[in-house]
This record gives sequence, structure tokens and C-alpha cells, in this order.
Amino acid sequence: MADHQFQPETLAIHAGQVPDRATGARALPIYQSTSFVFDSADHAASLFNLQTFGNVYSRLSNPTVAALEERVAALEGGRAAVAAASGMASEAMALMTILQQGDHVVAAGALYGGSVTMLAVSLKRFGIETSFVDATRPEAFAAAMRPNTRAVFAESLGNPSLTVLDIAAVAEVAHAHGVPLVVDNTVPSPFLCNPIRLGADIVVHSATKYLGGHGTTLAGVLVESGKFPWDNGQFPGMTEPSPGYHGVKFFETFGDFAFCMRARMEVLRVYGSTLSPTAAWQILQGVESLHVRMERHCTNARKVAQFLQADARVGWVNYPGLADHPQYALVQKQMRSVDGAPGASGLLAFGVKGGTEAGNRFIEAAQFMSHVANIGDTRTLIIHPASTTHRQLDSQQQLDAGVLPDMVRMSVGIEHIDDILWDIDQALAAAAR
Amino acid sequence: MNTIAQLRRILHQCRTIAVVGLSAEWHRPSFFAAKYMQSHGYRVVPVNPRYAVSGAEILGEKVYADLDQIPFAVDMVDVFRRTEDVLPIAQQAIAIGAQCLWQQIGVMNPEADQLARAASMDTVMDRCVKIEHARLFGGLNWVGVNTGVISARRPIT
Repeated sequence: MADHQFQPETLAIHAGQVPDRATGARALPIYQSTSFVFDSADHAASLFNLQTFGNVYSRLSNPTVAALEERVAALEGGRAAVAAASGMASEAMALMTILQQGDHVVAAGALYGGSVTMLAVSLKRFGIETSFVDATRPEAFAAAMRPNTRAVFAESLGNPSLTVLDIAAVAEVAHAHGVPLVVDNTVPSPFLCNPIRLGADIVVHSATKYLGGHGTTLAGVLVESGKFPWDNGQFPGMTEPSPGYHGVKFFETFGDFAFCMRARMEVLRVYGSTLSPTAAWQILQGVESLHVRMERHCTNARKVAQFLQADARVGWVNYPGLADHPQYALVQKQMRSVDGAPGASGLLAFGVKGGTEAGNRFIEAAQFMSHVANIGDTRTLIIHPASTTHRQLDSQQQLDAGVLPDMVRMSVGIEHIDDILWDIDQALAAAAR
Repeated sequence: MNTIAQLRRILHQCRTIAVVGLSAEWHRPSFFAAKYMQSHGYRVVPVNPRYAVSGAEILGEKVYADLDQIPFAVDMVDVFRRTEDVLPIAQQAIAIGAQCLWQQIGVMNPEADQLARAASMDTVMDRCVKIEHARLFGGLNWVGVNTGVISARRPIT
């Protein structure tokens, strides 16, 4: 006898939320309260000592936010999760829980621009160095490892380079050095890819994108696998008495969810990048339809990619779901199949013939495709990354991040495919004029 | 592997828990677990020869050197000891008529587990009694842990 194993479609709707204990409410209540009463002085002491589990103050935990945390942990096949105010906040929380001054990170070069800035500029100010390597070559990660390397960071599907990380191979490189692999799984969403099942130790999400899915609300989540051996001698913060939390040894006390407890108590509690209950509730409304939306995003994007590939006005198309993508075999291995082909998300990139100017004319001529700096919305979104999301990077950094000067990034929405193709066609016509 | 239904039944039926290897130091995991179970209505019985001097107490309960010195019935024997030390504890647990042998996280003595099962006891290995209680009866979900609970019923403690 074993417990029934539920499928992601069911977890997306049920995980983390049973009917409300106090009222029987079936849908998730929004617990819009900063603080929670203690039953007694002893109860208060037990809560502060982490000897019992409960809510104290919503900067640390909140029942509505917790439902989102558990649901994403379940969807990723992880042990536990901590939510944050944005994807960047969850990434910062993950890295700040692992790293300290003097540590080194090996990161994929093909990262979201904000992540490059966090590693190359912001964490560097605090004495943490990062080496950026080619995300498509696991041996490049191995070659960049140093004795003081304490984390490997990459995106499962690069935004907007659409390079695919060989998660199992890079996890092996990280584990050979006794360090965790942290994967940003924002673009595939947990429905299309589960890095933890392939060997990753920590997953971070911008839940603002496909998890929320409607372009309304910012949120982030970090998930831990529960399998990393934090007691291997390289992570004293996980094993030694915590000076920031009156001597608790996190790994000894909390075992397979120690990373999340420490992230919550030593980073979220201290730096305060907390997600609000209302925002968590809005994201969860989106998560309930994640599987339905992702299937449509994938089938629409595949048709858009095929349309662009066949169009003489388009110079090149990059979509990992196309059979001629250089990493197609890896995509087939790592991503869920949607309608008989690998589900490669709604994100694609292409170049309009005529370079940057033609690309800008294309964007300005779109009728309902929105020119915004976001992805993973129900709406089709378009942008020119070199002049917007990756503008802070120099031209070499842009190329390292997979941003070509003429690149248009498209986040294909779930409108009718014929209408999306119509808008692309008329905008290409305008761009060619 | 214990199912959710089995663990719920064990934690409902067992109300008196002998904690073998309970530490008196507040920051040790055994103390965390015992304090948690006590505050959720269970009677905790400390068993640790290190502290079992006359009149010694942990969490307000008298400390015993051995299971067979406890003068009242015990439902569960919860083991915070090294795996290789569990077999004699299992034998004592059977002798005193306990219903459940629970080996904590990292404690996995299959021989002891088999022995207790052969005596018709419930057995659990490599799990924390506090974490399982919080997982199934509420609390652990508040710190974002994946409890595995999928249900349309209102939780009842």
C-alpha cells in the first residue's frame, strides 16, 4: 500500500489547500492580517524557538502565501518552498541563503538580464564573484569550478536566448564539487519541466510569468529538493549554530526542509522581500489553470514558429520546439510532450529581415500583440531585448546572453492562432515597407 | 512506506509516547520534537540513562533510565538513538506492550522493525514524529512544506 500519486493537473488545483479549518471555505481565503495571536506565553516562546509550527507575523509566513508555496513545491516535486515579492527576490533569497563573502558562483551566460546584473554587479559588491559560461556546454561549467565555488546557477530554458540547460549533466558537475545546482525554471513552468527530478537542488521561479499567467501580479518562489547534503562541510551556515537565530542548527533541526527554513528565518525575515497574501491569492488563481494554458501556449507557439520559418520576410527563428533547434534532442528528453511534440513554452525569438529598424517597425505595427517587458501572459507579447530588457548590458554581455541586435522576442499568448498569425503577417508587411 | 492513513491512525491512537534518547538541551532535535508533541496533547515520557538520576525531569516529566522502569502503559516508543542501538529497545518495547515502534529520521534498523511487526506492532522508520504530526494535522503547511495531503474534507485535529 502506498499513497496515491496525483498528476500535475490535480496538484495545480488542490496541492497546499484543503477546506478552511475554521470556516469550511472551499476556495482559499485571503488571510489579510499582519499578525497572529499567541495562545499563551509558552506558545509564543515555542513559536519563536521554532519548536512548533505556526504563524507569527506575515513577513515570515502567512496561510494564504503558504498555500502558494506548497502548491509550487508539489508541482516541482520538491520538499518545500518559500515565496517572495518577485522572481528576482526569490533568486536573491536562494543565493543569499547559500553564499557568503569570498564565495564563487558558476553561472550560465545566457541569463535574464536582471540575473546577470545581480551576479555580475550586485553580489560582486558583497565579495561574491561569478564566472559566466556557455549554458549549452556542461564541460564549460566543470572548467570554471574553483575551490571556493558554492553554487551553480542557470536557467532551464534561457530567456531570451532559448538555450536549453542539460540539467542532469550540469547537476553532476555541481555535485562532483559538493555544491548545489540552482535552476531558474520560469520559462518552462513546472508543468513542462521539473529540474529537481533531473538532479537540480534548488528551483527558483518568477511566478509573475506562467504560474500567475495573466500579467497582473508580481511574485517569486524558491523550491528545495530536500536531497542536497548540506552537511558536506562546505556550508557552515546550514550546520553550525545560527548567530542570527539563537543557536539553531538548521540542517540538524529541519533536515530535508532546512534550506527553506533558513531562507525564511535568515533572509526573508531579515531582508523583508515578502509576498503579500492578496498577491499570493491572485497568483494561485492563475496556477489552477496552468496546465490548460501551457498546452495552448505550446501549440500556438509551435504554429507561430513554423509560420515564421516559412516566411521570406523573416531572417531566422529560434524556438526549441522546432525539430531543427540544435538542442532538440535535449528538449525532447527534458520537456513534457504536448500534442505529440515537446512542449517548449510560448517563448520564441526571431529576426525580421532589415535588422533592428525593421524589427522596431514590426513591433510598432502590431495591432493586439502588446509591446511590453513581460512574458508568460495570456496575451501575446513582443519586445526588442537589445534596447529594453538587456539594455544595461554591454554588447559582448548581450551576445553572451544570446541577445542579437535584430532579435524580436515573442511570448505567444492563448488568443486564437489564426488571429495571432494575422497580426504577425500584417506587422511583417508593415515592417517590409 | 507508511501511508497517510496509517500515520493518521497511529498518531490518533498513541497518546503516551516514551522518547528514548530525549535530550534535556532545548536546541536538540529530540527536545524540539518532544516539546511539540507535549504541546499538542500527548504525554511525553523521557527515557535516557544520562539524565535518570533521582527526581530528574525533562519537560516536567520524570526521566526513566529504561523503558521497563516506566510504571504505566506506553503507547508509542519513539527512538532518538543510533541505528545499531535500536534492537534491544524494540525488544523492550514489545515486552512493555507498546503499540508502535517509531524510529526517527536517520534511524533505520530493519531488524528491529521486523521484530516489532512480528509482535503485531505498528512501525515507522526514518521519519520525525513531530514533522509527521505537523504534516498531517496542520502546521507544517504554514512553512511551505509539501505535505502530500490532497483532500476536500475540512481538517479535524
